[in-house]
Amino acid sequence: MSLWDALRVAVGAIVSNRLRSALTSLGLIIGVSSVIVLIAVGQGTQKGVTDRIRGLGTDLLFIESSVAALTSQTGGLGGLAESTLSQSDAEAIRAAAIPGVSAVAPLVTVEAQAVAGANNVGAEIVGTSSEYARVRDLEIRSGSFLTPLHDEGGALVAVLGAHVAETLYPAAEALGQELRLSFAGGRITLAFAVTGVIEEQGGASEVDDQVFVSTAGIASRLRFLRAPTGDLRATQIDVRAAGGADETRLKEQLSELLLFLHETPEPDFVIHSQDDLIDAATEVSNTLSLLLGSVAGISLLVGGIGVMNIMLVSVTERTREIGIRRAVGATSGDIVTQFVIEALTLCLVGGVVGIASGVGISLLLDGRELGGQAMTTLIQPWSIAAAFLVAAGVGLASGSYPAYRATEIDPIAALRNE
Amino acid sequence: MIELREVRRVYSPGGTPVRALDGVSIEIASGEFVAIRGQSGSGKTTMMNTIGLLDRPTSGEYLFAGRPVSALSSDARARLRGRAFGFVFQSYNLLPRLPALEQVELPLLYQGARDRRRRAAGALARVGLAGRARHRPTELSGGEQQRVAIARALVADPLVLLADEPTGALDTATGRDVMELLKELVSERGLTIVLVTHEAEVAAYAGRSVLMRDGRIVEDSGAVPAARAGAGAAGEPGA
Repeated sequence: MSLWDALRVAVGAIVSNRLRSALTSLGLIIGVSSVIVLIAVGQGTQKGVTDRIRGLGTDLLFIESSVAALTSQTGGLGGLAESTLSQSDAEAIRAAAIPGVSAVAPLVTVEAQAVAGANNVGAEIVGTSSEYARVRDLEIRSGSFLTPLHDEGGALVAVLGAHVAETLYPAAEALGQELRLSFAGGRITLAFAVTGVIEEQGGASEVDDQVFVSTAGIASRLRFLRAPTGDLRATQIDVRAAGGADETRLKEQLSELLLFLHETPEPDFVIHSQDDLIDAATEVSNTLSLLLGSVAGISLLVGGIGVMNIMLVSVTERTREIGIRRAVGATSGDIVTQFVIEALTLCLVGGVVGIASGVGISLLLDGRELGGQAMTTLIQPWSIAAAFLVAAGVGLASGSYPAYRATEIDPIAALRNE
Repeated sequence: MIELREVRRVYSPGGTPVRALDGVSIEIASGEFVAIRGQSGSGKTTMMNTIGLLDRPTSGEYLFAGRPVSALSSDARARLRGRAFGFVFQSYNLLPRLPALEQVELPLLYQGARDRRRRAAGALARVGLAGRARHRPTELSGGEQQRVAIARALVADPLVLLADEPTGALDTATGRDVMELLKELVSERGLTIVLVTHEAEVAAYAGRSVLMRDGRIVEDSGAVPAARAGAGAAGEPGA
C-alpha cells in the first residue's frame, strides 16, 4: 500500500469520527498554543524590562547604600535613615574629576502625598540637583528642570513627572500652579511652585510618577534628611559615564574613592551598571520563561497522552476492521502504517491549528493592558518549531504502541467478533 | 491446488486443549466446488481459515499449488492471502463507513494494484450492483451486502473463493440468488470454491461434499482421482 493510500485511509477514519478527532486534537491544540503563547509572554516581559532599564539612559551607574538597599523595601524613611550615602559623597565625586564621569547627581527619595486643589496622589518625591536632567537625559515638556540657581537658593520648586501632572492638574496647565506636599504622614506640609513638567517617558518608567524638587530647598525644612553628623543624606547617587568610557574601570575608581571617604575597609555601598541590572532582570525573566514553558510543556504532554488513549480505544473498537483488512491481504506493516499515520495526522493537524491559535493569541495579547501594565509578547520562531516537532513526536509515539497492539490482534477472533 | 496432510490445529483457550482439527487430509483440485458440512464445533470453519492462511496448523502440512505454505512468514502469508484467496463471510464483514466501491477496492489497495477504480467497478457490475457503488453497508439490503462482499472477494482475481455460511444470514430466496451467482462464477472463471455450510440445500450446489465431525473428515463424496491414486505424492498438478 502506498503512503498516499495510507494517508487517505487515515483521513477517512479521522473524518468519520469528527467529534472525537476534534476533541483529541483539542488537547494538542491547547498544548501547542500554550507553549507558543507562554514563551512569547515570557520573552515579551523580558524585553519590556530590558527596554525599561535601557530607557533610564545609556552609560549609567547607580550607587546605592548597601544597608539602605536592604531596607528600602519598607518604604518611607526606613531606607533613608540608614543610608550610608550623603550629598557630600556626590560633591567629592564631582570634585575628584574622574575622567569618564560626565555628570553626577545625588538623589534623596521620600514618600509624600501631593495635593493640588481637590486632587491628590501619593508620589515619590526626589530631591536632587539640576545636573540630574543631564544624568538621565530628561526632556522637558514645559517650563524647565531644576536650575543651578535652585541648587544654591532655598526655593521650593517642583518639576512633575507626566502622570503626576495629569493627575493633579487634569484640566489646567500645571506650570506656575501651587503644589502642596505633605511629608511624614502629614506632620509637615510644604507649598511648592511648579516650574516644569517632564515629557512622558512611557514604558512604565518611574520618572512619570515622580516629583523632582531641589534638595537645597527641602534640606532646611525637613530635618530628617540630615544624618547625626549634620551631613545631608542621599539614597542614591547616579553617575553618567562619558561615551566610550570603560565602565568596569570607572566602577573601580568610584569604589576606591567612596571607600576612602567612608573610611571603611568593606564597602557599605553597591555600584550597579545598567548592564548589571539588565543581567539580573534577564536572569529573573529567563527563570519565568522556563517556568511558563514547563507548564505549557506539561499540557502538551497531557494532550499527547490523550491521543494515545484515543488511539488505544480506537484499535480495540476497530478489531473487526483490522480482521477484515488482514483477510483481504493487509500485512502487519500495513496495519502499523495505518494507525501511526492516523495518530500522526491527528497530531500534525492539532499542531498546525495550535501554532495558528498560539500565534494569534500572542498577537492579540501584545500591547493589551493586564493588571495595569501593558503586556508585550514576543513570538519566538524556535518555540513554533519546537512545538511542531513535539507534536509530530507525540504523534509517532502515541501511534506506535496502539499500532503494535493492532498487529497482535488475531484476525480469526477479530472476524468472529460481532 | 490445495492439499492438507494430517493437519492438526489445537487451541488451548482456558488451559484445556481443544482439537479443532484432528488429523485432516484432503486434496482439492482446481475448479472444484466443495461444500464442507458439519455441526458447529466440528472444525469446518477452522479448516476454511487454515486453507485461507488466516490460521496456521499446529502440526501437519499444507501445500498450496504444490508449495508448502505453513512455514511462510506472516507477511508472506498476508500477501499470498490477498492474491490467491477471496473470503465471503456469513456476517458479510464489510467496513461500516466505506461505500461499496471502496469496499471492493480494498484487496487491490493492499496489493498496490493499478486501475483500482475500474476493476472494482467491474466487479460490482458483475454481481449486479453497478448502481450501488456509492452506497454504504447500512444503505444496502442483506443480499446486496453479501454481493458486495462477493465482489470484494473476486476483484483481485483469486484462485480460490472461501465462503463461510454465505447464506446463513439471508432469507431463502436471497440465499438462492447468492448461490446461483457463486455457481455462475465457478463456471465462468474456473474458480475453486470451498464453502462451509450446515444447510443441505446449499451444499447441493457443490460438486463435492465433505462432512466433518470432531475435527475429522468422516465423509467425502468425491475425492479427486489424482488424490486417490497418489496418496503422499507431492507432484499433484496444481493450478
